[in-house]
Amino acid sequence: MTTTDLRATPEVSQGLDNPLEIAGVTFTSRLIVGTGKYTTNQIMVDAIRASGAEMVTVAVRRVDLDRTKEEAILHHLNPQEFFLLANTAGCYTAEDAIRYARLARAAGFNEFVKLEVIGDDETLLPDVQATVEAARTLSDEGFKVMAYTNDDLVTALRLEEAGCVAVMPLASPIGSGLGVVNPYFIREIKRRLEVPVIVDAGVGTASDACVTMEQGVDGVLMNTALAAADDPVRMAHAMRCATISGRLAFLAGRMTSREIAVPSSPRVGMLD
Amino acid sequence: MNSTKRIQVRLNGKDRDVTSGHTVQSLLEAIELNPLAVVVELNREILDRNRYSDFDIREGDTIEVVHFVGGG
Repeated sequence: MTTTDLRATPEVSQGLDNPLEIAGVTFTSRLIVGTGKYTTNQIMVDAIRASGAEMVTVAVRRVDLDRTKEEAILHHLNPQEFFLLANTAGCYTAEDAIRYARLARAAGFNEFVKLEVIGDDETLLPDVQATVEAARTLSDEGFKVMAYTNDDLVTALRLEEAGCVAVMPLASPIGSGLGVVNPYFIREIKRRLEVPVIVDAGVGTASDACVTMEQGVDGVLMNTALAAADDPVRMAHAMRCATISGRLAFLAGRMTSREIAVPSSPRVGMLD
Repeated sequence: MNSTKRIQVRLNGKDRDVTSGHTVQSLLEAIELNPLAVVVELNREILDRNRYSDFDIREGDTIEVVHFVGGG
């Protein structure tokens, strides 16, 4: 299968779903993937292609002046093929996150940034106050800020007010693979915000991606679930299917669940 | 002009002796980096990559050269 085949999502072309639009940019895939922690660059590229994702996250780091060739992600990922979303991962203050975002923008690809300000080293939970502060500054500077945050509604509202083009609550802590620990708050955030809500972090396996999308959110972002799978390429296919499945199930509207059985076949017409 | 004169700069967190007379552009070339594939911060100021030749490297400068790596 080619990349084109995977991205030509019949769900959108058949009118079953609309494309995802973030700050005027349209994506047919609702799955966004990271590029970190893969055992080889080839597996990374194969997995990303299998996922069907168009938007991929990258980090900003010092060039290792002793060995530059292997680690530069753009030696392996064609920026014409993927929409690069630079992150501010590793930043613990608003000031640092702003600095990294500006460096990323100077690379000249786009104005988008995945804003991430970590507040606690052990859980990697966000410093929401610093995130809102950085979001405001960066939005004022013309950045299209997609902010990683926790599953707190009030923070999500503040981030939207600050000018974020997408708000990205976590499903559970980064790299934990615990899935959606609080579907109710994810739904509340989606219900109250006008900008796209992308669930970012915590997805472990395909059912987690499916459950995430069933909450009605606009997309899902993951990295470790693919990179740390025994077979990242196969898991990427699974995540692609699960993301579409969850999205369509949400749009379809599920049946009402009951705690009693209701037969699917007629009770009448049985033989004596 | 003494072309062998060396100055000390801080480059990506390490003290380095470099030949004096470099611009940012020529320094990147000297350390075999493609100027179009990196972003440079000189004394905390992010430089326009089309103007790397306009910035001279001076004694005591702090230079950060960054690029994109894998991340989530």
